Amino acid sequence: MEQLLAVLIDGIIYSAWLFVAAVGLTLIYGVMKIVNVTHGSFYALGAYAAASITGALLAHGMPPYLSYAVLLGSAVLVSVIVAPLIERGILRFMYAKDEVVILLITYALFLILEDVIKLIWGVNPYFIAEPYGLLGSFDIGDLTYPYYNMILVGVAIACGVGLAWMLNHTRTGKLLVAVIHDTEISRAMGINVDRFYLFTFTFGSLLAAIGGAYTAPTVSVVPGLGVEVIVLSFAVVVIGGLGSLPGAALGAVIVGLVRSATIHYLPQAELFVIYLVMAAVLAFRPRGLFSLAEARKI
Amino acid sequence: MNAFKKAVAAAVVAALVPAFAAAQEAPLKIGVVSFLSGAAAGPFGVPARNSAEIMFEMLNAGKVPAPYATKGFGGALLHMNLVDESGGTTTQVTEFRNMVQRDNVDMVIGYISSGSCLGIAPVAEELKKLTVFFDCGTPRIFEERGYKYVFRTAATATMDSVGAALYVRDLRKGKIKTIAGINQNYAWGQDSWSDFEASMKQLEPGVKVATSQMPKLFAGQYNAEISTVLAAKADVVHSSFWDGDLEALILQGGPRGLFKHRTVILTTGETAMYKLAGSIPDGVVIGARGPYGPYAPNNELNKWFSKTFQDRYGVPPNYAAYHMAQAILGTKAAWEKALAANGGKRPSQDQVIAAFEHLTFESPAGKVEMAIGAGHQAITETAYGVTRKVHGKMTVANVKRYPAEMVNPPDGVKAADWIASGFKKK
Repeated sequence: MEQLLAVLIDGIIYSAWLFVAAVGLTLIYGVMKIVNVTHGSFYALGAYAAASITGALLAHGMPPYLSYAVLLGSAVLVSVIVAPLIERGILRFMYAKDEVVILLITYALFLILEDVIKLIWGVNPYFIAEPYGLLGSFDIGDLTYPYYNMILVGVAIACGVGLAWMLNHTRTGKLLVAVIHDTEISRAMGINVDRFYLFTFTFGSLLAAIGGAYTAPTVSVVPGLGVEVIVLSFAVVVIGGLGSLPGAALGAVIVGLVRSATIHYLPQAELFVIYLVMAAVLAFRPRGLFSLAEARKI
Repeated sequence: MNAFKKAVAAAVVAALVPAFAAAQEAPLKIGVVSFLSGAAAGPFGVPARNSAEIMFEMLNAGKVPAPYATKGFGGALLHMNLVDESGGTTTQVTEFRNMVQRDNVDMVIGYISSGSCLGIAPVAEELKKLTVFFDCGTPRIFEERGYKYVFRTAATATMDSVGAALYVRDLRKGKIKTIAGINQNYAWGQDSWSDFEASMKQLEPGVKVATSQMPKLFAGQYNAEISTVLAAKADVVHSSFWDGDLEALILQGGPRGLFKHRTVILTTGETAMYKLAGSIPDGVVIGARGPYGPYAPNNELNKWFSKTFQDRYGVPPNYAAYHMAQAILGTKAAWEKALAANGGKRPSQDQVIAAFEHLTFESPAGKVEMAIGAGHQAITETAYGVTRKVHGKMTVANVKRYPAEMVNPPDGVKAADWIASGFKKK
């Protein structure tokens, strides 16, 4: 029973991390039809900004409890500067091109940003351990979990619920849904689609940066941090269905729980279990679990 | 007539000596491979690169203490051709071919990852290029086949694992019933764990494996693995994690109590012990993959190396830096032995290889013997200790040293067979 509970908690923590990392990717694809490889770069930028800014402020006597707000602020800062630069400076000239070409462009940008990160922060690791242990821990049987993990779960829930509420209950969200369904009709109806593209890319990148920022206290922030994340994020959004918010949530939960159960009961299979799940889902639902029917355009 | 002969002889000598000297002093182009990007760069690749830079510069200036005071390698100055080890084995094989076939390097010194070494060794043999592995640990390289052109100047993971088993046996004094492992899922992690598990079963008959976790390299998130290890309630937890994975394990495991109520052994922990001093409690068993860093001997070579490194980079050299210095000095010793055997003439590659086999040389970490792998694989003593903070500064206490012959298999015997035999000498 205790082990089942551990599987559940470990699975939820991992799912929360995966969802925050992946949800921006599915949002950007849903609106802009871009498979955005730079998503991994924003995750890494968020982690680097959080580690360096929070670390510097803590060293200058900032009350440690403020570090949770600084993590968020760092993610916002880095994404509102870099994302519009990329979208306005490069991507907006590419929208007419084929999806595969844009994918390659974002891959090139990902490689460039990896080197930019090395130019700015170097290759030595950054650590900010304080926020992880600051809130204390809770015990379940013999297992101890820091409360910080619950912050990550809270951030994931806030991102998911907030995004769903924004899409379904705000004017901006409804206009965005219109853009998702048909860009041309939306333009014809007077919606400033370019502005929505800018907003979506920045917001999606912000979500990736938040994922990186809140992961930073638990890892060594080093070059290449975004590589593993982008692979896992793709797996999650492909399982859920590219462009689907509930799909990303369900994909993250499935992957998180399956991985956790595998580690507890069959650790030898951990290496490939995520891709096994992805293959199994795609075998029966080639467009993912929550793929929407698309109207054929003549 | 006699005077004429002397004049001709003098002219011939005058004409030949500069040519001879030029041939002798033509610089040696050495490919140096280390992680310059990716998760392994900060804790391993960059310290190793820094060590290579110091050694090349100081050797060229003739400023390294005896027995390495001659400039370069026997007077030939050294030129470094630096290559990044990141990108995976396929990339490394391509880079290796480029260094050998396009850049015409005279030799290659490099490789941290066991995956890189396993991939490069057969290619070095195919291209017939002297290649010295400085850090990778898998014992499989010289166990699976013999190599003429490949050498490794650092001891294998077998030494780390057997040393770790001996140390925890001594530390827990027979109170070990169960062990657990968390190691990376590739050659280094698998070999480290299998040697540790086999050694523990020899040293403590009846010991049981509670769990063995093998997460993917660079996975980064280890909550579920830590839960499994905690739930297993093992007496001893072994990890050969390195690079950013080791740091993430310490950061995530510390607040969860991984280091409490059990003996945790980190065989590469020395690379993180100063950076993460605040996250590592007292009593964690720390390895340095040999007598390096806090375990290095107090000899002149080590005093010079650690001071030079600390003065230039502001941090003490870690074991990756020691391994690089050891590889360069070992190659220099072999080169100069071959030079002497060749009557002072620049030796051929085959002569250097012959001199390298079964060589014994001094390093900042003491004596290194190319004793196994038919003279191509080094053995050294090793040491372990436990963390202890003294006035807030991280140190190691309760240090025990194990002689090379005690923690390395004899020549020609596979590590697994040697351990299974109860560590029998040949």
